[in-house]
Amino acid sequence: MEWETVIGLEIHVQLSTRSKIFSGSSTQYGAEPNTQASLVDLAMPGALPVFNENALRKAVAFGLAIDAHIGKRSVFDRKNYFYPDLPKGYQITQMDDPIVGLGEVEIVLDDGSTRTIGVTRAHLEEDAGKSLHEDFEGMTGIDLNRAGTPLLEIVSEPDMRSAKEAVAYLKKIHSIVTYIGISDGNMAEGSLRCDANVSVRPKGQTEFGTRTEIKNINSFKFVEKAINVEVQRHIDVIEDGGTVTQETRLYDADKNETRSMRSKEFANDYRYFPEPDLLPVEIDDAYIQDVKDRLPELPDAKIQRFKADYGLSDYDATVLAASRAMADYFEAVVDVTKDAKLAANWCMGELAGQLNRYEQDIADSPVSAADLGLLIQRIQDNTVSNKIAKTVFEAMFRGEGSADEIIEAQGLKQVSDSGAIEAMIDEVIANNPGQVADYRSGKDKLFGFFVGQVMKASKGQANPAQVNDILKSKLQG
Amino acid sequence: MLDKTLTQLAAGLARGDFSSVELTQAYLDRIRQHNADLNAYITVTDDIALAQAATADEQRAAGNAGPLTGLPIAHKDIFCTQGVRTSCGSRMLDNFIAPYESTVTARLAGAGAVMLGKTNLDEFAMGSSTESSYYGPTRNPWNRDTVPGGSSGGSATAVAARLAAAATGTDTGGSIRQPAAFTGITGLKPTYGRVSRWGMIAYGSSLDCGGPMTQTAEDAALMLNAIAGFDPKDSTSMDRPADDYQARLNEPLAGLRIGLPKEYFGDGLNDGIRAAVMAAVSELEKLGATVKEISLPRTELSIPAYYIIAPAEASTNLSRYDGVRYGYRCKDPVDLEDLYKRTRAEGFGAEVQRRILVGTYALSAGYYDAYYKKAQQLRRLIRDDFQTGFQEVDVILAPTTPSPAWTLGEKSNDPVAMYLEDIYTLSTNLAGLPALALPCGQVGGLPVGLQLIGNYFEESHLLNIGHQYQQATDWHLQAPVL
Repeated sequence: MEWETVIGLEIHVQLSTRSKIFSGSSTQYGAEPNTQASLVDLAMPGALPVFNENALRKAVAFGLAIDAHIGKRSVFDRKNYFYPDLPKGYQITQMDDPIVGLGEVEIVLDDGSTRTIGVTRAHLEEDAGKSLHEDFEGMTGIDLNRAGTPLLEIVSEPDMRSAKEAVAYLKKIHSIVTYIGISDGNMAEGSLRCDANVSVRPKGQTEFGTRTEIKNINSFKFVEKAINVEVQRHIDVIEDGGTVTQETRLYDADKNETRSMRSKEFANDYRYFPEPDLLPVEIDDAYIQDVKDRLPELPDAKIQRFKADYGLSDYDATVLAASRAMADYFEAVVDVTKDAKLAANWCMGELAGQLNRYEQDIADSPVSAADLGLLIQRIQDNTVSNKIAKTVFEAMFRGEGSADEIIEAQGLKQVSDSGAIEAMIDEVIANNPGQVADYRSGKDKLFGFFVGQVMKASKGQANPAQVNDILKSKLQG
Repeated sequence: MLDKTLTQLAAGLARGDFSSVELTQAYLDRIRQHNADLNAYITVTDDIALAQAATADEQRAAGNAGPLTGLPIAHKDIFCTQGVRTSCGSRMLDNFIAPYESTVTARLAGAGAVMLGKTNLDEFAMGSSTESSYYGPTRNPWNRDTVPGGSSGGSATAVAARLAAAATGTDTGGSIRQPAAFTGITGLKPTYGRVSRWGMIAYGSSLDCGGPMTQTAEDAALMLNAIAGFDPKDSTSMDRPADDYQARLNEPLAGLRIGLPKEYFGDGLNDGIRAAVMAAVSELEKLGATVKEISLPRTELSIPAYYIIAPAEASTNLSRYDGVRYGYRCKDPVDLEDLYKRTRAEGFGAEVQRRILVGTYALSAGYYDAYYKKAQQLRRLIRDDFQTGFQEVDVILAPTTPSPAWTLGEKSNDPVAMYLEDIYTLSTNLAGLPALALPCGQVGGLPVGLQLIGNYFEESHLLNIGHQYQQATDWHLQAPVL
């Protein structure tokens, strides 16, 4: 039987506010346990939450970025359950009246086709603390530094039909939240986490199959693998005559398998009800307009502009606009070089390659956009060839200096003196009489051999265009 | 010295008739003499009190005295007081030393008040008799076989027995007004949001209200001036300036329109209380007020509405007492579930457990609409009833309780009978209105009282009426003989 996969994602995005959503504690990652836990975060008797308006602003920005309905009156609710890293015994979240309502995003698939994925809602809530089971023999350590960190939970419609689509959607959300600066999007530190709801059904059937929820997947790669392995598990269960149990599962990356966490049958009754310690959040059109006015250019608009203004291909524009940092870098390089195609090739080629090689983020690139621009200018003014420029760039990346300093220090300046080039060519011709004869008798392919010999003699520094011209005329003799 | 009102003591300190240290010592002596018997205080903070009194005397000598400087008061043990045990009357918090100060106690301390100690209450303020405290019942100083009311029974007894010049209380469903009535003192439940809840241990968050418990309306005004006002730490506190609550005390009452809600004068009302309240109404008429009957038709429904909403909120407010971070923890838990179950079973008393169960049930999937949601609808109707009433009258006057203080243990095994005693006080909490309870007579040697219910933020007017009434009568001056 042919199966169709149905996927919906719940993405938890940590909002990059300086203080927590309901207390003044810092949200800084990586502090000593419980040093960023205030009376409110510790759920001291009599402590009360106060809503951080910055979190509201960021949530509204997201809503506007996906063209969603913005809740002018949103309400916080209590979600009740006991867990040691949930100090109050309830999580403050939003149930019936979320800040962001129905919206949508467009994703581009590998074959260039696009799909629209619905966003059901996005609501504000507080993160829990962390339970630390290692290092405490027979005990559990509780770190409440993370408790109260603002989260935006973004819930999609069950609109995705493959793991690849899910990843494309997740990347799109990642790109949006980092673009508009509401989250650092750092998945390794848990700033963006994802739960995947997965089910399968016979192709053509309209009802959904029974779904399972894979919790807390924290990388793009694992999202794809976890969904694929879970989809296969569903198919295997059904084809073996069994039924899929609705439950929460955990993905084990080491074993590349999912396993049951808890069955929904034993799930908590969360007893949601409106949080009496907080008033409903009311915003007006002026507030929404103000957030809108401060929104930066969004990825889709940027891609269109890159194509229109710089004449970039669809592919180049999409790659360069994927992250705001890369897009900004690229535009800074164009500023210096005035050649968008060359700038695009360097950003996507050498720059991306070196960053990848040293596992560095573009924000930490040792070569600034201005420095790369200057190097490209040295190609444009024929000081170095494209090939030599790559060597220079690697040296720049290692911190050996500016383009000009490295070219100077290593004597990499291109030889454009036609007398010198002629002399080298004469020598090559003189040293290879057999090849010269073959060439002249019609073996055109040998031309490359002569170019290689001349470049070798010049240590790569001869101006390639000049070498071509002179060599051609001399060989024709 | 200890027979004086808070206002009189303030004048005495200002004149130099006595020092704060002398006054504080006199109260501490009286507490030592009578507290074992009355059990008004859970914790007496002698050292803090005397140190604060000495500081107060220095401030006065330096010319820096504020309105409350040097006045010894008591705090209901529901307000967090930094470095002092804050038990909320529960085994759960028997070992809890608050690491911070509530806004109410901080503001009183900031105004110069001296803290004598922390007073007894029903466990987590759940009760109407102060019998459910982990620290044993508080006695009514008028008759030690009777209850002082609750949940602020410790504060009520402390003020009535002159073991404090005044005290703080909290009122979720009548917990300031009912014990004030049972002990013959004055108690003000302010408008919801007028007094900050920061550091006040939550029972029913949308109902809880801190307020003064004093001998007189004038004293209540003095105290309210210190504690009322916006607090950015409490999102439900109202961002509007507080009044000067003493400013209107002496306004004449000519033209005052008083409404008597007929539902508060029905069959369940004790005849003696009815007579005392009607006598007070006559006094107010003599002072220029006009009186008419009004109707608050949904009054009876306040009982089911309250006993859904308050336990529902309480059931989750009390989830934080889990044995993990502070407070009671059961011995040798075998696993997490055991830790939760035994900690909470051993740490909470029967009434608290009952209300957590009721509240959990009311919020459960499948029952939410039938209970919690319906209760919220009732709440809106009750609020509407009052607004209809306030179109005809300026204030509403009613008995505070249907009967005088009952005998200790009398209703302990019949929670519903005890809940029904709250019939006259619950509506104001559900509506969020201010109400001032005043003593207005005695029945069988026990004080009884009336309450004046005002529209939102009408505390000044209520205190004005209360003060004028107390200028013409002396029920507020009656004190029990210990």
